[in-house]
Amino acid sequence: MTRRLLILAGLLALAACKREQREVRLDPPALDALDQVALMPNGIGGAPPDVLPALGRPYETNAYQLSQGKRLYGWFNCTGCHANGGGNVGPALMEGWWRYGPDVQSIFASIRDGRPHGMPAFKDKLTTEQIWQLAGYVQTIGTYAAKTAAPTRNDEMQSRPSESRGPAGADIAPPSR
Amino acid sequence: MSVAPEEPEVLDRRLDAAALDRRLDAVWQTPRGLWAALATVDHKIIGRRYIATAFVFLALGGLLAVAMRLQLARPEARVMSADRYNQVFTMHGANMMFLFAVPVMEAMAVYLVPLMVGTRNIAFPRLNAFSYWMYVAGGIVLWGAFVFDMGPDIGWFAYVPLSGPQYAPGKRADIWAQMITFTEVSALAVAVELVVTIFKQRAPGMSLDRIPLFVWSMLVTSFLIIIAMPAIMVASTSLILDRLIGTHFFNPAEGGDVLLWQHLFWFFGHPEVYIIFLPAVGMVSTLVVTFSRRPVFGYLGLVLAVISTGILAFGLWVHHMFVTGLPRLGESFFTGSSMAIAIPSGVQIFCWLATLWSGRPVLKVPLLFVYAFLFTFVMGGMTGVMVASVPFDTQVHDTYFVVAHFHYVLVGGAVFPLMGAVYYWFPKITGRLMSERVGRWVAGLVFVGFNLTFFPMHLLGLAGMPRRVYTYPAEMQWGSVNLFISLSALVLASGFLLFFWDAFRSLRHGIPAGDNPWDAPTLEWATSSPPPSYNFARLPVVSSAYPLWDERDALSVATGLRPDRREVLVSSVADARPEARESSPRNSIWPLWTAIATSIMLVWSIFTPWAVVWGSIPIATALIGWFWPKGVPEDDA
Amino acid sequence: MTARPLRLPALAAVLACGGCGTPWQSALHPGGAQAGGLLDLITIFTAVCGIVWLLVMIVTLLTLRRRRAGIEAPLPRDEGTERRPRRAVQAAVATTVVIIAGLTLLSFFVTRGLTADDPQALVVRVRAYQWWWEFTYQDPRPDQAFTVANEIHVPVGRPVRFLLEAPDVIHSFWVPSLAGKQDLIPGRSNEITLVADQPGVYRGQCAQFCGLQHAHMAFLVIAEPPDRFAAWQVAQRQPAPEPATDEASVGRRIFLARQCAACHTIQGTTASGTLGPDLTHVASRRYIAAGLLPTTRGSLAAWTADPQTLKPGNNMPMVPLGSDELSAVSAYLTSLR
Repeated sequence: MTRRLLILAGLLALAACKREQREVRLDPPALDALDQVALMPNGIGGAPPDVLPALGRPYETNAYQLSQGKRLYGWFNCTGCHANGGGNVGPALMEGWWRYGPDVQSIFASIRDGRPHGMPAFKDKLTTEQIWQLAGYVQTIGTYAAKTAAPTRNDEMQSRPSESRGPAGADIAPPSR
Repeated sequence: MSVAPEEPEVLDRRLDAAALDRRLDAVWQTPRGLWAALATVDHKIIGRRYIATAFVFLALGGLLAVAMRLQLARPEARVMSADRYNQVFTMHGANMMFLFAVPVMEAMAVYLVPLMVGTRNIAFPRLNAFSYWMYVAGGIVLWGAFVFDMGPDIGWFAYVPLSGPQYAPGKRADIWAQMITFTEVSALAVAVELVVTIFKQRAPGMSLDRIPLFVWSMLVTSFLIIIAMPAIMVASTSLILDRLIGTHFFNPAEGGDVLLWQHLFWFFGHPEVYIIFLPAVGMVSTLVVTFSRRPVFGYLGLVLAVISTGILAFGLWVHHMFVTGLPRLGESFFTGSSMAIAIPSGVQIFCWLATLWSGRPVLKVPLLFVYAFLFTFVMGGMTGVMVASVPFDTQVHDTYFVVAHFHYVLVGGAVFPLMGAVYYWFPKITGRLMSERVGRWVAGLVFVGFNLTFFPMHLLGLAGMPRRVYTYPAEMQWGSVNLFISLSALVLASGFLLFFWDAFRSLRHGIPAGDNPWDAPTLEWATSSPPPSYNFARLPVVSSAYPLWDERDALSVATGLRPDRREVLVSSVADARPEARESSPRNSIWPLWTAIATSIMLVWSIFTPWAVVWGSIPIATALIGWFWPKGVPEDDA
Repeated sequence: MTARPLRLPALAAVLACGGCGTPWQSALHPGGAQAGGLLDLITIFTAVCGIVWLLVMIVTLLTLRRRRAGIEAPLPRDEGTERRPRRAVQAAVATTVVIIAGLTLLSFFVTRGLTADDPQALVVRVRAYQWWWEFTYQDPRPDQAFTVANEIHVPVGRPVRFLLEAPDVIHSFWVPSLAGKQDLIPGRSNEITLVADQPGVYRGQCAQFCGLQHAHMAFLVIAEPPDRFAAWQVAQRQPAPEPATDEASVGRRIFLARQCAACHTIQGTTASGTLGPDLTHVASRRYIAAGLLPTTRGSLAAWTADPQTLKPGNNMPMVPLGSDELSAVSAYLTSLR
């Protein structure tokens, strides 16, 4: 019993370490490898680069990376089309239904290469790592990701409930993959 | 409160000394064993733990300081990353303020105040136990987080928006805010206990003008805690609400205000300095009296100075905000009030000097620390006058000048007296003296090391070095001074190391002290050293402020208490006339359970607001267990 | 600034740093009237407080004149002997009150002297970001306004009014050789007016803890004669020069095609990002990255290649460039004078 508790505490601690780490610099080979997304022929789904799990999927679980993604979301005017997730010119991101799949590599591909009907490609504006940060954050806007690592709100005018509250579409059944 | 029906055969006046000791010990003692140790409510045991724990945090905080000095010894050093350095300096500040300075002063009071006022236990002893467990839990939360790379990195002052949801990702700032809650709960609990103990449990005859000065200081300190701490709890709770559930207390875009945080924080933060300093003032008064062999000069003046310091403490928080762009006229008002606090401080210094002047000072180690205190604290007071001036402050605010200033005030003004107090009361607590010879070395090393470390920081600040920088460019020419400071810090650290070693060694191998090794005049020395579980077999009755000097042969005692249950004497506030016999609670494990349940809720609430709902169920259960009538005489009274 | 009283602190500081070169970021080496006035105030306070401290210490040491080796019986109480110490304490308290009142009044009048309002002042809007400074020289004619980063030039003798804004967290604007500091606070507008009386290079630094790279958030204030300042102003208003060499024009192509242009503006090109410093005349500044490195081609290349090693946590990403590309980009940046 005690041992099990100890192991559990150890695991929690490890998770905490990973989640709070501020890894500000990746080695260039790892950066290069981050670009190796194996997408399905239709550009949806596929396998993330091998280096991502090796790094511990920081862009989805690390608080610092998520908050960097959130800043990029504002800085690169994602709000212009997607608002704060509610959608406007572009589709809503918070309703739990993703046209090109909810997995992070699809979101990555959408940002990097753009999508038909208006989503521009950002590969000339953002570095690969920034795109991963942004993708990780964008994923948390939807219904699939845990919220505890993401920041709750910006210090600016708010047009919606805070992000730590469930998104409006939480009760919508997720579409089958 | 009620007076039990008189049963002549169990009143203490019918028993001889040996029989009385036996019966009292049976009622008051804490049995052996882990369970009993966890359940004890004896203020001496809890006070000892409190003191020891606080010194552990002092040592840990000191290690952080050494780490910072390593990083700053050379320009552009890479001993640690910027991220780690920010955590380290935040931890150093938060740890020293919340886990060392305030708790250690309260801990000394938890141990000493009941003895000094001549009662058998502190008021609300179970709350006292709860307070200690909460304090330990808060310390574990903060240090545990630090070990897991989750330590707060926002400065001990946690200014928004840097600590807000957008700029402080992760749980680091939440850990800081919850640590505040832990330590504030424990500090508030102790403050309430002390106020009640001092007002209602004083020995018969100890009227207001006979209260020992340390007890006066703790009374004023307790009121400061009660008034100041709610401000920081409001602030840290608002911050955590901003961060966790998206409120907008500090979001200017939604009508919140960034400066609101600073007002709330410093409305607490400035009195906090006096919460740390006033107990030290009381210690200095105690040491000065004992070692100059005469009653204190200007008792009334000292008491009034402590009280007026306590009142003025709430009128000068804005001097931490002189460069935030507040209206100049308002700032000048706060300059005036900040300067004015030099007057009561001056009164105290002059009264101590007059006492020493007309006394026969004996330079034992505790008094050495008092002289070290006078030297450094007066200098800290002088730089305090400087930073109180708005124009002066605009140049030195947030520079190393301020770092030097507040270390002179807090280390010189509070830690030196505290170390003197440890040397002074160590025999009271352990029955053994610390080494006089080693103590002189400790005093010398700490005093010299401290001044060599912190005095050059004044110059660094004027030469333009800001605070809280993890490094500095070589071309700024701060390198040689910083290297000197870092080397001096090692001298200071060695002094502390020697101090800890001496304390450990003396625990077992110190010279047995006897009951009153310093021939001190106050009541804590009127019982054996260390004191028995019931403090006093028969409660002393006092007729002067220095009972052990004025009634050297035999202190008058009060009788008529029941020896077969825990009983304390309740007396009137002004003249300490006996009013009633009040039962004092027995040992209980429930404070520990309550503290554990509260800790779980507080930490859990960082991760989900639902913790407040589900976490309150165990807390309620534990509280029901705590207050459930058990049918024992102590509970029935 | 003319004659000033004692310069004890200045002397002490010079001794402390072993007589090293002229400090350019020091409250003890004023380059303007305000800092000079503040130094006078600092000197007066230091002198008064020093004397008081010395007197108290003398009395403190004198208390030891009747010290005893061991603990003796407590002294008998005698009200008669208390009279002299009581008078002394009363006198000391009264003196304290007088000194405190004097210093408070002095402080008050110096404060009033600090807030000079001058309609002729040059107006510069300061926006402090994590972890660099943006300065916009305002002008009634919008086309005459221009933006620079981390280095400003000011004309000697003319007041400059800085409008202080912080879009992210609290920073503090501090040029110790010219004046005291003033915070930049989100949601509030502060301002501070400076005058440089002596030509020179003054360093300023963020004084309020603002996160990871708080230590590397410096800027320069270069005070120069009005004609040189006017020439500098004219030069800064120009768009970036056309690349003179092939390598530089390759560098410009890479700069515009890659991620660089998304964050940086270079007037006269299509680069119009606003997230990072304006680079139109980056090579004319003495330092890059908010005081981190002197501007050379090598430091520009090193910074572009690996910003996160030089200033960990700053917002510039590592843009993957080949060595030829890096060389070309640095050539281009070096040409932006």
